Amino acid sequence: MLKQTEGSRAVAEAVAMCRPEVICAYPISPQTHIVEALGEMVKDGSLSPCEFINVESEFAAMSVAIGASAAGARSYTATASQGLLFMAEAVYNASGLGLPIVMTVANRSIGAPINIWNDHSDALSQRDSGWLQLFAETNQEALDLHIQAFRLAEELSLPVMVCMDGFILTHAYERVDMPTQAQVDAYLPKYEPRQVLDPSEPVSIGAMVGPEAFMEVRYLAHAKQMQALERIPEFAAEFRQIFGRDSGGLTHTYRTEDAETIIVAMGSVLGTIKDVIDEMREAGHKIGVLGITLFRPFPLARVRESLQGAKRVVVLEKSMAVGLGGILSTNVRMALSGLHMHGYTVIAGLGGRAITKKSLHGLFREAEQDALEPLTFLDLDWNMVNKQLEREKAHRRSGPVAENLLRDVGVVAARNY
Amino acid sequence: MFQVRIHGRGGQGVVTAAEMLSVAAFDEGRHAQAFPSFGSERMGAPVVAFCRIDDKEIRLREPIMEPDAIIIQDPTLLHQVDVFAGLRKDGYILINTSKTFDQLGLGDMIRDWRHERLCTVPAMELALKHVGRPVPNVPLLGGFAAVAGVLQLESVIKAIGERFSGKVAAGNIAAAREAYEIVRAEMDEARRKETEHA
Repeated sequence: MLKQTEGSRAVAEAVAMCRPEVICAYPISPQTHIVEALGEMVKDGSLSPCEFINVESEFAAMSVAIGASAAGARSYTATASQGLLFMAEAVYNASGLGLPIVMTVANRSIGAPINIWNDHSDALSQRDSGWLQLFAETNQEALDLHIQAFRLAEELSLPVMVCMDGFILTHAYERVDMPTQAQVDAYLPKYEPRQVLDPSEPVSIGAMVGPEAFMEVRYLAHAKQMQALERIPEFAAEFRQIFGRDSGGLTHTYRTEDAETIIVAMGSVLGTIKDVIDEMREAGHKIGVLGITLFRPFPLARVRESLQGAKRVVVLEKSMAVGLGGILSTNVRMALSGLHMHGYTVIAGLGGRAITKKSLHGLFREAEQDALEPLTFLDLDWNMVNKQLEREKAHRRSGPVAENLLRDVGVVAARNY
Repeated sequence: MFQVRIHGRGGQGVVTAAEMLSVAAFDEGRHAQAFPSFGSERMGAPVVAFCRIDDKEIRLREPIMEPDAIIIQDPTLLHQVDVFAGLRKDGYILINTSKTFDQLGLGDMIRDWRHERLCTVPAMELALKHVGRPVPNVPLLGGFAAVAGVLQLESVIKAIGERFSGKVAAGNIAAAREAYEIVRAEMDEARRKETEHA
């Protein structure tokens, strides 16, 4: 049924339809509305049987999810930013143990400086944690991906992270098509754990493994994740059959046929990019975009196949590998190894910096002329940067960087319009 | 596409107003996207929220920098925030105040604009009268339905009914209706003056 609702609410309702038995979470912006809504549903009995466990931290949230999942319960949690970092040790444990937990990450930057707005630093910091990572472009896709995530997680016995842009999606009211409980039940079978803590059939989970078998256990984790590359398109196809729409999959291309320039991006910025591409196509530019839905495992073959006909590839990412450049772009580059084409990395939208159509028009045109630097920071205020660099040259005690820059711009209240 | 930017202060229901606009547009079968520009939210701090309305799917995710209409829930923001940033000439402005544009010091700015698109409504007073709480957001939506003409008053009223219940809903509906009438009267007056000049 079509309805106009908040992204967080839509996701909460989709998660509830997946019949989780244990939800544990610690609130952090911009994830809060999701777990608040689920908490209410558990309390008023509309989500039952399910236990909502309030915990004292994100580390506890993931630890409880691990315990619940090991005991055979379908388990869900959600977090963002520093919360994800705080649970990091348990995040690795969940995947290492092969527990099919589903977690929403309402993508937000990582401090310092503290910042509550959107980028992809949080989720990408856990790219090697062994979790599958899916990125939603719209609220419709966010809710659809959650339903697919439980299926995928339980089928492979691996945890899945569904990433949606904080505020931009979580707090946006837009039209979504809510599935029925019957559709979700038809898609998502009852959870049959591969391993379970059961007093009548005792096992231990989480043995210490020495050099004799550690590499093999780790290799199996990799091999298992790689299976997702084959299973995900199947699950997406089955999803289309039951729900009647395309959602999920490995990647999405838009107007890449005959494109000389292909942009690569993840998440909600794809919408803005598509608008720009339509306008540029109308003006005769051969440009398209490749959206990455599945970031882990990274669909190397699919990305290569989608990009190999282009003359140049521009990876626009809301993340950054300090001291290297891009994270997504490093992955994309691996998919293109051996191919001769121009490749550009563009870091954009960090900490909620708006990514505007106007800036993208300028950027894409520069790329078409191969006038871009290999690494570009979109809409970076060089005056601000240079002023601080001069300050550091002139004074030993140049002071805290963040405070200096805020003073320079004379910020009264944060704004992004 | 029609783009609305709402300015107010934390606690005035700025975000709720944008969300309700989107619900009203959805009820008319249109596509709509409402979203906030969150700062570190606190009571009294300047807050901005946005709403886009279109007849096709809205993919754009940038903040609204060139709005077609601006709703100002708190006139004291005029001295603190560049509320009119990006508004094209002949855009729509609706301000919560019992003063006129001249009295607010905006006379020069709007001298040769279309005056029937520039309206004020004492939304705070209407809210106190009908709802008993100083929350101007919902009556302003009634006024917006009148001035911008992109949404029907009845859709706004339906959205109010979906968001609130009981006395709060009834009070807000009454306030929105009165605001609608006030703004309609202002627009008629502005058109009448214009005809006189012509």
